[in-house]
Amino acid sequence: MRLEISSGRLRNEFVAKIAELSGQDINLCYQCGKCSAGCPMSFAMDLLPNQIIRCVQLGLTDDVAKSRTPWLCASCLVCTVRCPKGIDIACVMEALRQIALRRREDFVDPAGLERDTVAELPAIALVSGFRKLTG
Amino acid sequence: MRLSVGVVKKALVIGGGVAGIQAALDIADGGYQVIVVEKTPSIGGHMAQYAEVFPTLDCPQCILTPKMVDVGQHPNIRLLTYAEVQRVSGEVGNFEVEILQKARKVDHTKCTGCGTCWQKCPEKVPSEYDAGVADRAAIYIPFAQAVPAKAVIDTEHCRYIKYLEFMEGEKEGKKPPQCRICERLCPAGAIDWEQEDETITEQVGAIVVATGFDLMPIKRLPEYAEDPDVVDGIQFERMLCPGGPTAGVVRRPSDKRTPKEVVFVSCAGSRDPEHGVPHCSRVCCMYLAKQAMLYKHAVPDGQAHIFYIDTRTTGKGYEEFLQRTMAEGTVYLRGKVSRIYRDGDKIKVMGVDTLSGKQVEVSADLVVLGMAMLPSVGTKDLAARLGIATDEQGFLTENHIKIDPLESTRPGIYLAGAAQGPKDIPDSVAQGSGAASKVLGLFAHSEMTPEGLVVG
Amino acid sequence: MDLSYYPGCTLKTKALNFEASAIAAMSVLGVNLIEIPRWNCCGTVHSMADDDLAHHIAPVRNLVRVAEQGSNRVVTLCSFCYNTLKRADLLMRNSPEKRNTINSFMDDEIDYNGQVEVVHLLEVLRDDVGWEAIARQVKVPLEGLKVVPYYGCTLTRPQEAAIDSVENPTVIQELMKVLGVTVLDFPLATECCGSFEIVSDPGAVIERAYAILGMAQRKGADAVVLSCPLCAHNLGQKQAEIADKYSDFTGMPIVYFTQLLALAVGVSPEVCRFDLNFGGVEALLRDRGLIPERV
Repeated sequence: MRLEISSGRLRNEFVAKIAELSGQDINLCYQCGKCSAGCPMSFAMDLLPNQIIRCVQLGLTDDVAKSRTPWLCASCLVCTVRCPKGIDIACVMEALRQIALRRREDFVDPAGLERDTVAELPAIALVSGFRKLTG
Repeated sequence: MRLSVGVVKKALVIGGGVAGIQAALDIADGGYQVIVVEKTPSIGGHMAQYAEVFPTLDCPQCILTPKMVDVGQHPNIRLLTYAEVQRVSGEVGNFEVEILQKARKVDHTKCTGCGTCWQKCPEKVPSEYDAGVADRAAIYIPFAQAVPAKAVIDTEHCRYIKYLEFMEGEKEGKKPPQCRICERLCPAGAIDWEQEDETITEQVGAIVVATGFDLMPIKRLPEYAEDPDVVDGIQFERMLCPGGPTAGVVRRPSDKRTPKEVVFVSCAGSRDPEHGVPHCSRVCCMYLAKQAMLYKHAVPDGQAHIFYIDTRTTGKGYEEFLQRTMAEGTVYLRGKVSRIYRDGDKIKVMGVDTLSGKQVEVSADLVVLGMAMLPSVGTKDLAARLGIATDEQGFLTENHIKIDPLESTRPGIYLAGAAQGPKDIPDSVAQGSGAASKVLGLFAHSEMTPEGLVVG
Repeated sequence: MDLSYYPGCTLKTKALNFEASAIAAMSVLGVNLIEIPRWNCCGTVHSMADDDLAHHIAPVRNLVRVAEQGSNRVVTLCSFCYNTLKRADLLMRNSPEKRNTINSFMDDEIDYNGQVEVVHLLEVLRDDVGWEAIARQVKVPLEGLKVVPYYGCTLTRPQEAAIDSVENPTVIQELMKVLGVTVLDFPLATECCGSFEIVSDPGAVIERAYAILGMAQRKGADAVVLSCPLCAHNLGQKQAEIADKYSDFTGMPIVYFTQLLALAVGVSPEVCRFDLNFGGVEALLRDRGLIPERV
């Protein structure tokens, strides 16, 4: 089955929400790939950062929702500082996480962490991890 | 009563690259006097530096030097090299131009270009013509086919000049040697230490500005390492050129070994409104493909990788050429390179192939950056002196970008070549001829009525 | 010189070595780090969603605390805290609408309008104390020690918050040189350690740590010098697991820049709490004769 591209798909609510939450204009991206080239977590991702942006550009809500990529993003901002179009890609990833988290779809369950792990992790890790990955 | 003034039927061409050469020849062949002013010691421009040009793989020196010689010998052309335009006053049909002829400290009426002086000069300076890949002496001609093939002394690096400055000055530090080897050995007695800068004033009716381009310096891209084995396109041309410092044998600068994995990086600085320049530099897709092909010819068991975003092949024969590059084994990886750094013996290139969806890295022996094309250094100052507009990047602004690309914003001053915007050799030549036709059109009139000038 | 100082949660718990060495070292250099009263956790990360103002309250409250002390400057050690406080401050300075909303919400506090400058200790050392003044205080030149500088993400990104060049920072290297330490060129100095992914995907962090530490090892570094307790944890805590997975990895001492500074200016090793470091820092320093043998 072909993917149907239409104005309906391209201008759907999801796309609008991403733009609103991130404050970024996704249309500026010309898919140069520099974000993916420099991302330190790319090796573990199913969709590369530029592919995530592409999916948002094409309104492919499901592909993005199924992807682990926004949850692997470490907010290191390398993509953001090197993007030739000045797009804050890390911000787009945050928006994608927020959409899921606000639907109560946490990525980590704090109660599910091992006691030893919690004891070992410094506060900075727990707080930042829960801030980014839970709602 | 409207005043009419006579048109001075003499033209000035600023810039001796291929566009300026073509403009000068067409105007001169049209029967009018032309003065060509070139700031380096020889005409030829960047084209004279390349190894082989796309898509024909012609030797650029071979196809350019006949035109260069024509310029040097044409009865209608007065060639002033090592000279710069200082002031322009007047208006279309009647400009007065002040030209600074820089002192060469060599009498060109005596110099035969025999080469004794530069072979014996002890001072070594990075050669501009070889883009720093090799050195030249302090007394030199820039390359073997230079026009004029007459020596020039680079007074900033000449030992004797430094000695004279030392003796006249504070006498601090070590006294430089007196040297003067060139003077002692010159069979024509052409060295002239007394020669000074000279100002030449000319009246011209039209001016063509063809001052060309320079590449963006690599240090403007901090995520791409400054390293001896990370070079720009012009440096690689010198490394590939059969008449170049290594006679076309490709050796990497750091350890002179033959590079077996070479990475070519497109859009280095171009198409980057945030950190570089927003424009596309137009020729890099083609010359990187050509350089990959020439590299493969020189190192048959080597591998060339080209990182690209798009392949822009708009000229005649260009798309076919690029396809041939791919067919001959060059790998095209789609994605802008994020980072380049040295790791031991290798240069690591961190990139991506968006087509297969994989983050990639290449451990290269040598990296060639397709650096952005910018107006040549000094263009903005020159434009200010000429009273013509430049755009945000410093390229000369044309009267209308679609329908009038060769007229500057000042009547009587025309544009040609890469100074007006990035372009390849065929377009530069075409614009040179185009600018010349504008001049010839102007000179078809013996009088003109300048607008707005009223007497009485 | 007195400076308002914001410690952040981790410096009071898992990174006591970072704080203790900093306070002692700065004291030698004539700078008193005065902890601001009633500080709260800064939130660790800057919230990037455009409509999320609630999470900016935590860092802004700390800036209000600084202002209440009559101080217009606050210094942090932890790079993460630096980044969060700095970006909160920039947001309050640059977005009038958000500033008003946040100030209205915190109606029991004084208004915050960007009256506090947020700096990292490295900036203070470079710009206020100066390398020459530090050099004069060096009593134990740390010669023979070869390190690689590790900035991580938060000291040089985003551009607005950077304490140095985004791509090629040099401040840690400059400090190390003043202390007599040999600094090796390190292209991965600003590459991410994996950050909070340690919570959700420790396997990925192991890969990141190996990439960074592996290069440090290949370059012949004795230690990695850094400024962030999260980086220190990510690079330090999993070294046994890295070695299990990658047999060529033999361990890498992780040390805070303040510890080397303190040692060099004559602070006693006990105060520096090298016992809390990962990777065998104490043994390394002892081996180099930079700290005395245990009696």
